[in-house]
Amino acid sequence: MNKHLYIKKDLPFEIYEINILEADEKDLLKISKEMGLALNLEEMLTIRNYFLQKHRNPTDIELQTIGQTWSEHCYHKTFKGLIILPDGREIDSLFKTFIAKATRELNMPWCISVFEDNAGIIHFEGDYGIAVKVETHNHPSAIEPFGGAATGIGGVIRDVLGVWADPIACMDVLGFGPLDYDFSKLPPGIKHPRYIFRGVVDGIGSYGNNMGIPTVNGAIYFDESYVGNVVVYCGCVGLLPISRYVKNARAGDHLVLAGGRTGRDGIHGVTFASLELTEKSEEVSRPAVQIANPIEEEKLKRAIMAARDLGLASSITDLGGGGLSSAVGETAYKFKCGASLKLDNVPLKYSNMAPWEIYISESQERMLLTVPESNLDKVIRIFMNENVEATSIGKLTSDSVLKINYKGFPVAELDIPFLFSPPKFRRTAKFIKLKLKEPFFPEPKDLTKDLLEILSSPNVASKESVVRTYDHEVKGNTVLKPFCGRNNGPSDAAVIKPLDDSWRGIVISCGINPSYGKISAYWMAASAIDEAIRNNAAAGGRRVALLDNFVWGNPEKPDRLGSLVRACAACYRFSKGFRAPFISGKDSLYNESPLGPVTPTLLITAIGVVPDVRKTVSMDLKEAGNLIYIVGQTYAELGGSEYYRIKGFLGKSVPKVRLKEARRNIRAITRAIDRGYVRACHDLSEGGLAVAAAEMALASGYGLEIWLRNVPVADDLRRNDYILFSESNSRFLVEVPVKYKEAFESTVRGAHHALIGKVRGDGSFIIYGLNRDPVIHAGIEELIDSWKKPL
Amino acid sequence: MRREEIRVCIVRVGGTNCDAETKRSFEDLGVKAFVYHFNEVSQGIDLLDYHILVFPGGFAYGDYVRAGVIFAKNVMARMGKKIIRFVDEGKPILGICNGFQMLVESGLLPGINGVSEHPEAALATNIPIGYRCKWVYLRHENNGKCVFTRLIPKGRVLRIPISHAEGRFLLPRDREKEILNKLLENDQIVLRYCSENGEYAEGRYPDNPNGSFHDIAGICNPEGTVFGLMPHPERAYYGWQLPDWTRIGKPPRYGDGKMIFESVVQYVMRKF
Repeated sequence: MNKHLYIKKDLPFEIYEINILEADEKDLLKISKEMGLALNLEEMLTIRNYFLQKHRNPTDIELQTIGQTWSEHCYHKTFKGLIILPDGREIDSLFKTFIAKATRELNMPWCISVFEDNAGIIHFEGDYGIAVKVETHNHPSAIEPFGGAATGIGGVIRDVLGVWADPIACMDVLGFGPLDYDFSKLPPGIKHPRYIFRGVVDGIGSYGNNMGIPTVNGAIYFDESYVGNVVVYCGCVGLLPISRYVKNARAGDHLVLAGGRTGRDGIHGVTFASLELTEKSEEVSRPAVQIANPIEEEKLKRAIMAARDLGLASSITDLGGGGLSSAVGETAYKFKCGASLKLDNVPLKYSNMAPWEIYISESQERMLLTVPESNLDKVIRIFMNENVEATSIGKLTSDSVLKINYKGFPVAELDIPFLFSPPKFRRTAKFIKLKLKEPFFPEPKDLTKDLLEILSSPNVASKESVVRTYDHEVKGNTVLKPFCGRNNGPSDAAVIKPLDDSWRGIVISCGINPSYGKISAYWMAASAIDEAIRNNAAAGGRRVALLDNFVWGNPEKPDRLGSLVRACAACYRFSKGFRAPFISGKDSLYNESPLGPVTPTLLITAIGVVPDVRKTVSMDLKEAGNLIYIVGQTYAELGGSEYYRIKGFLGKSVPKVRLKEARRNIRAITRAIDRGYVRACHDLSEGGLAVAAAEMALASGYGLEIWLRNVPVADDLRRNDYILFSESNSRFLVEVPVKYKEAFESTVRGAHHALIGKVRGDGSFIIYGLNRDPVIHAGIEELIDSWKKPL
Repeated sequence: MRREEIRVCIVRVGGTNCDAETKRSFEDLGVKAFVYHFNEVSQGIDLLDYHILVFPGGFAYGDYVRAGVIFAKNVMARMGKKIIRFVDEGKPILGICNGFQMLVESGLLPGINGVSEHPEAALATNIPIGYRCKWVYLRHENNGKCVFTRLIPKGRVLRIPISHAEGRFLLPRDREKEILNKLLENDQIVLRYCSENGEYAEGRYPDNPNGSFHDIAGICNPEGTVFGLMPHPERAYYGWQLPDWTRIGKPPRYGDGKMIFESVVQYVMRKF
């Protein structure tokens, strides 16, 4: 280290004074880099000014604390910052302008806590609420797939514990590079997709299974841009009595650290996540990946639930990114307090850690509770009974100052308000006009081969070999499972029955359309929202709340920021239009590697309710002779479709969302399900009508015939292949018994719908084209083979 | 003894995670079920005040060694004598999944010559290898010895889900035949993996989901009072838990798992 900038203090442990008072701009940037702060010049200057006023230099622990708190990961600078558009207009906070605005304007009475806490909370039934959170863990998973993914699950479960909720279900959505990616094309430092895939899948399974939380919903998506930037979304749903949602800490309360011990694992995780990945990431950032111990978290969960039920603590939060530094800081800030810490009290995995390491370590399975003095012993005993360590590490104070002591010496003193007012970001956005073309090729006579090819494409094919390694049954409350039908077709949503004395269910679904993002970030976002909501509705869900999780490239690059702005604008419009408020979200930016940026990817998670789980509908066909209806209109929208992809095109005509139609279709489906007319329902997504019909058939083992001439289409659609493979949003396939024909038709009459086929008893799958000749003719076994073979 | 007087003790340690649904299944039958941390069972409460002892599913202590082994050693070291007395009184013990692994590791099962000092069988890594969560078919094989399946006719095919990575039932290879004959003679074989129609899986995947010897999914001790099984009956207790109830249109009231809980409750009612 440079003598001039770093001055070792004469204390009985390792601590440095950072000479920023004498540092010039070059030095400041050097300090930021060498200490792994990931702060820019403006931020470093702000810090220097602060310490100039204090007439002293900061210590390393102080500077690290600021670095953690101001990191993109913890503070979401991009979403809170100022964005200058090409026409000179300004957006003051993407978050406030789009995401939170929809929620505020919708003002749903069933939203209990949105965006404020570790997880969003909505009302469920009686005194019960549902807490939901979805996180990303991309950067760690790229370096160490097993640990990265496992701790992603562990972290999101703690978010749910952090609102006093009992975790009852997990979700995971994963994005990998093609598994057959050419080894010779991999740049140094990038791991092969197959290696990452194996590790991530095992990591997720190991954590969720070991903790006894069912993994009930998810998706796996393959894209070339994920080779360098693996995408790992981890979600968790929890249940809590709303009367036990206690957050009223005050000065004098103890800060109790509970759970695993603190070590050097997970140092600089958040600043690492706020940088692009490079060849050196493995070497430099390996310690940033934490080590997972699900059993510790299971015990921690038991103790937390016990403390909650006895009402002994005044607040709780998890230790995630930034470790103690952000948990303590945020707790103090939230309750308008200061904090006084004795860092020696933190139980360590090994001695000789520097104070700054203890304070920012992201070691897993730790929670921070605030506990009034009179309850301290009781709380600590509860943890002891579960064989979990819990220790008071200090107290909340009334002075808005963070004071840290170590071995009797003060090592940090920072004003909490300063810590939470980083300089506002100003960034410019640019909208790039892509030069895209709609392809033209002659219509194939026979489309059987195309259907089989799409069924076996990695994004459509069965994920059973992966999903079976996750326990989706533990807790015994999974009513609609990831698979349905004799042959394990893909369910649209999962349904959980969380309360023993109620039939009310939670419906969990998601939507993700990265390939549309290559054409339009706006319609990609709109489509993801539509897909998540229609998946929910197809199973019987309604009253949907949404979560947004952005995975984007470096926001300092104007074009990446431009597409982010567009996606956020769509979030506002369609959240509001569907009357489905956002309740929580998270962004992961800086997903760039030597291979380039990640394809802009937005995961929308939808949480609905179903009044009676016994009315839930699965997607497998139920009985020969039943009628097949389509609800929703089909447009010539093949841009980004699977069909174009197998033909080697991207195209331009990305699926749009027509709010009026979409709402009508979804309402019609919900009504028909409630009235008991629907035996099976499946949403149309990748691969369009052809794939949805094939999935319903192959799941059940029944055959199916479809008459394309009956399908309601927009005027310009005259090709069999386009009708079959268009991926227009807001559409459903519905199986209806003959006896409900009239009743069903009158129920859905407001929406585009048509009788387009029937269930066959003979196991053949036939699609009759516009001129009544078969354009697809296959046996169910063929469909199953194509669909199950790849993974 | 009346139903409501029956007390079930469900033991958990760090990593146990199927205790709540197991408790719920017993309570639905009108008996009293309690979940206790092993710390309480080994120090506070008296096991002999209870009539049924259950080791539920999960990953006790993380199963970082061999599944169930740490839990088994801990239990036998700290309260082995009490457990043996519990068994000697004819009180039933149930081990589900991780609990089955624990019963085998503790020597309580198969227990051909009483509780053995060393395990006499094993639940080894699945073949094909890997964790697997799925519904399987099981054929009831017991002639009436096992108190957990007395209400189930012999030959009846049950459907219950499994979820494990280590469930391959094995006997010492050199004495495989001999011990198997002993198990048959003692009527200790309770459940075997089979096809939907009830044909034995004969080791074939996927009907036999883990490569278990003789398709064994569950066994009891020679007295029929200690029962361990890899499948999870508490996840097949209610009809709405079935994987295909949507095909029927409306879920039936109960699933096949219920009969296991009901059998043992009726046994206790009659015996005590």
